[in-house]
Amino acid sequence: MPRLTWARLAPALAMFLALTACQSSISEPASSTTGDLTMTDAWVKAADSGMTAGFGTLTNTTDHTVTLVSASSPVSPMELHEVVANASGATVMQPKVGGFALPAGSSLTLAPGGEHLMFMTISTPLAPGAEVTFTVRADDDSTWTFTAPVRTFTGAKEDYQSGDSMNGTGDPSNPAPTMTP
Amino acid sequence: MTDGLDRRSFLRGGAAAVGGAALGAGGYATWDHVSQQPPPPDLVGRSVEPFRGKRQAGVGTVPQAFATWVAYDLLPGVGREALTRLMRIWTDDIERLTGGRPGLTDSEPELAKVPARLTVTLGYGPGVFTAAGLDRDRPPWLAPLPAFAIDRLEDRWTGGDLVLQICADDRLAVAHAARLLSKEATTFVRTRWTQQGFRASPGATPPGATMRNLMGQVDGTRNPDVRTDAGLIWHDASGPDWLSGGTSMVIRRIAMDLDGWDLVDREGREFTIGRRLADGAPLTGSREHDEPDLGAKDGLGLPVIDMAAHLRRARTADPSARFLRRGYSFHDPGEPAGRQSGLVFVTFQRDVLAQYLPVQQSLAELDLLNRWTIPIGSAVFAIPGGPRSGELLGARLLG
Repeated sequence: MPRLTWARLAPALAMFLALTACQSSISEPASSTTGDLTMTDAWVKAADSGMTAGFGTLTNTTDHTVTLVSASSPVSPMELHEVVANASGATVMQPKVGGFALPAGSSLTLAPGGEHLMFMTISTPLAPGAEVTFTVRADDDSTWTFTAPVRTFTGAKEDYQSGDSMNGTGDPSNPAPTMTP
Repeated sequence: MTDGLDRRSFLRGGAAAVGGAALGAGGYATWDHVSQQPPPPDLVGRSVEPFRGKRQAGVGTVPQAFATWVAYDLLPGVGREALTRLMRIWTDDIERLTGGRPGLTDSEPELAKVPARLTVTLGYGPGVFTAAGLDRDRPPWLAPLPAFAIDRLEDRWTGGDLVLQICADDRLAVAHAARLLSKEATTFVRTRWTQQGFRASPGATPPGATMRNLMGQVDGTRNPDVRTDAGLIWHDASGPDWLSGGTSMVIRRIAMDLDGWDLVDREGREFTIGRRLADGAPLTGSREHDEPDLGAKDGLGLPVIDMAAHLRRARTADPSARFLRRGYSFHDPGEPAGRQSGLVFVTFQRDVLAQYLPVQQSLAELDLLNRWTIPIGSAVFAIPGGPRSGELLGARLLG
């Protein structure tokens, strides 16, 4: 019944058990700075295939602006996205021009219906309760790696359609993708 | 984030204040308590119960006003690995919600900010052990109760692979938690049944007062004390690790024929129970907690407390066979006539077979009250020990 192979998931489980809590884990930044970029309450929407998205709160505790320009994950190519209203008033999801800029001391909340981390094409099902690792990169090539739990979520029209154009937030009449248990 | 931390510590203060109020009034001999601090004005809403510890909350916890029990069936294909993922999701959600914080994917985060002593207690039915390939670890008492002649059990209130008991002093907190936790679990389980119950609201009755059921009776007078009688309720470290600090939960749905009960006069009602309606005192005593004199005879030489009175039949001579009752009334006007009112009879005991079953058998054989009460639902669950720091609920069973 489950289409997920447990063998493939085992390393992710082991990694989780090594963590003390269901919070993001944070790697050392590539460049030496005071403060850091942290991510709290991170999570990724479960999906069997195609697109999905990651959310959470980024906080810049350094003394300078951190501008995130890209993201990557072992499970998918990624983009930094925003949701904006177009000329005809419809909301569209699109890559964020210039990336996510976080002034020193500021936080940015990535949430359904707003700015988010887009997983463009996942190569393996992301099952609810599993964990996903991804890395964000700043314009000065600093990187931070976070681990986020995968959760079932059907709200905020977060229906991403694989291979579809990104000029829309998804068709609410489109049923949610079938999910691995 | 600073704001969140401040809020959490304030919430903790609230919980302490509830316990303090209870102690100050001299009540709550039976239930857990914590130390005293001055109460904030919205004491009830801000109060929190601890989530982590050797025992799960919601058993020894002073009963909250409202409860919902959701029993689930596992979907086909859900085994040990998937159950572990579900535990990871629920552990995180429950820890957040009981602390007054929104769930990770919470669509209504504001509703999480009034926890009102929210507790969520996880139970495993026999099906979890089978699905996880752990049948050898299933305690002998974790099985459906034997059929009793008085039972009229309905599938819609009976059994279940998993259960969440969700309690709080505010119904919004209960409803929000029930929805979020069910929504997060849709790829693992489907809901089998949901029951809802209520007791007196906070502040409505003196702290420590025994609840009254919908038949008007004081119900639950002779309950074990969760501190001094802990051995009756919880397993200790001498058994399986996953059950250390754990217990068992029986949930019986007892419908009351209140229309029939209406035809019984006060004297007949007191005779049926063996206690006075006004104060719950045994018919041989003057105060609720007086020991009943089961040998006392009236002027005609008949027992003052009838041989078939509920009080007599529900008593056990064996002090080690007592168990904790933590029931709630239900009133569901949408249900069929005769099934609208009653009691969600919830008990916790170390061993269902050694403690619950003998009393249940005694009541099933003979109890005047059976004429007006009908068991229509029945389920038995194992309550794993509480999540220690950094640990998932049920982790010591599922590994």
